[in-house]
Amino acid sequence: MIAAAAKKPLRLGVIASLGLAILFVLSLFVGVSDLPFGTALSDPDALQLLLVSRLPRTLAAVLAGAGLAIAGLIMQTLARNRFVEPATAGTAQSAELGILAATLLWPGATLAMKTLVASGAALLGTSIFFMTAHRLPPSQPFLVPLFGLVYGGVIGAGVTFIAWQANLLQYLAIWTNGDFSGVLRGRYELLWVAALMVALAWFVADRLTIMALGRDASIGLGLDYAGMMRIGLIIVSVIAALNVVVVGMIPFVGLVVPNIVSRLMGDNLRGTIKWVALSGAGLVLGCDIIGRLIRYPYEIPVGTVMGVVGGTLFLWLLFRRPAHG
Amino acid sequence: MIRIENVSLSHQATPILHNISLTIPKGGVTALVGPNGAGKSSLLSLVARLQPLQTGAISIDGLPVDTTSNRTLAKIAAILRQDSVVASRLRVRELVGFGRFPHNRGRLNETDRAIIEQSLDQFDLADLAGRFVDTLSGGQRQRALVAMAFCQGTDYLLLDEPLNNLDMYYARDLMRSLRQVADENGKTVVIVLHDINMAGAYADRIVAMKGGRVIADGAPTEMLTTPVLQDVFGFAMQVATINGKPIVLHHL
Repeated sequence: MIAAAAKKPLRLGVIASLGLAILFVLSLFVGVSDLPFGTALSDPDALQLLLVSRLPRTLAAVLAGAGLAIAGLIMQTLARNRFVEPATAGTAQSAELGILAATLLWPGATLAMKTLVASGAALLGTSIFFMTAHRLPPSQPFLVPLFGLVYGGVIGAGVTFIAWQANLLQYLAIWTNGDFSGVLRGRYELLWVAALMVALAWFVADRLTIMALGRDASIGLGLDYAGMMRIGLIIVSVIAALNVVVVGMIPFVGLVVPNIVSRLMGDNLRGTIKWVALSGAGLVLGCDIIGRLIRYPYEIPVGTVMGVVGGTLFLWLLFRRPAHG
Repeated sequence: MIRIENVSLSHQATPILHNISLTIPKGGVTALVGPNGAGKSSLLSLVARLQPLQTGAISIDGLPVDTTSNRTLAKIAAILRQDSVVASRLRVRELVGFGRFPHNRGRLNETDRAIIEQSLDQFDLADLAGRFVDTLSGGQRQRALVAMAFCQGTDYLLLDEPLNNLDMYYARDLMRSLRQVADENGKTVVIVLHDINMAGAYADRIVAMKGGRVIADGAPTEMLTTPVLQDVFGFAMQVATINGKPIVLHHL
């Protein structure tokens, strides 16, 4: 029985890896400009298209997806609640507030500087969320996501108001609805910082698993609870801010991916965190490919596609009988 | 040795503990008893550094709990809180294995694995080792948590109402296991109990608390008497003697 239990995640992992590899290759060859499979490497124009547009776009989707899934996982771990994610609990909205403020007050700032400001704002907003969430009674698990929705909604409304006043609503639409169509070489590389954050999360996976057991258990096991909380908040905030600034926020990834992986493989993050990252990457990449194909040659932004796909997955998670064993 | 000196605690304006001084020598089983709200759990959580000391001093083996590093203390004392909730989908073996974290920081070696298997056996969890904790019954989960604390391999075990949710078989079994690790492995067990007869049967010493104070303290035979118990719990209960041991008929 134990051997079977160990084999199941492995098989799922192989399927997930293979799926991502197929999507990756598919993504390189799906788009408005024709890129025949055979000539991609021999034809200089085709190679140019591949290196300047398709590969960056594909990598951006992989990095954004892996990052968002990990950010959602960490947020759920720190909140000890499976229904929170950066897109709905104030992190993304705070990051939007940050980049809006940077755009208004410091128009000359580079993208990296704006990301830094957005990360700082996200960190502040997420910290306030957690300070409040930890005071809510644990007997009412749905209060935390509800509070997150309201909190994120209030900040989001403030952001919309300021953007409207300042005639920046178009920018806001870019930050709030994820879209990879503008990704070219030279415009997405900041997202590699998200990969660093994912690596950091992997490095502290055991500690995160313990954090999920709660504050008392963490301290009892000699963990620096406050320090780990800070590391977690930084990972979540930086990943959310990077996504908002570089490609726009993509909803649901952080919510559904960690939940599905937890259902299938459990919560021992040392073993599962790589599958969370991989599945997040696959989901976002898959949705981006769907968005490119559904009304070809026009595109539907990945944020919109994810709204439909992610929402459906979330409902399936809610209505499916809890997994046992 | 756990040394508690002049410890007081209040939440906002409500006093919880009043100037408690208590010394628990190394080795043996000490039971903390008392009515609800007596401050037993608060005292235990202060010893386990789960909340900051306000006044007074607490040390374990000479190490002050407020200034010694958390990592060091985690190798000396393990705590099981009352009503610990495990929301994570971890397998029993994984959960128990996290008890080794203070020693290996996540890298299990052969010694760790042997201790994990021994802990699983000790608390009769070998058959459940591959199950997810969220699929267990309350009592099975409680045993897994106790096994995790045991697996931490500390000299001191601080257990807050570990008999919660356990049926008679496993409640007795757990008390016997604790008695065994105290006698054979020289562990010091401090346990909050509501079942006064369990305390009488398995503890070397009973410390009774009420209203944030220690009001009586002694061996079971001295403590399980009608006048002492009336002082602590506020009603007169008959104490019978069976095979030379006091049995409290508190339910009559």
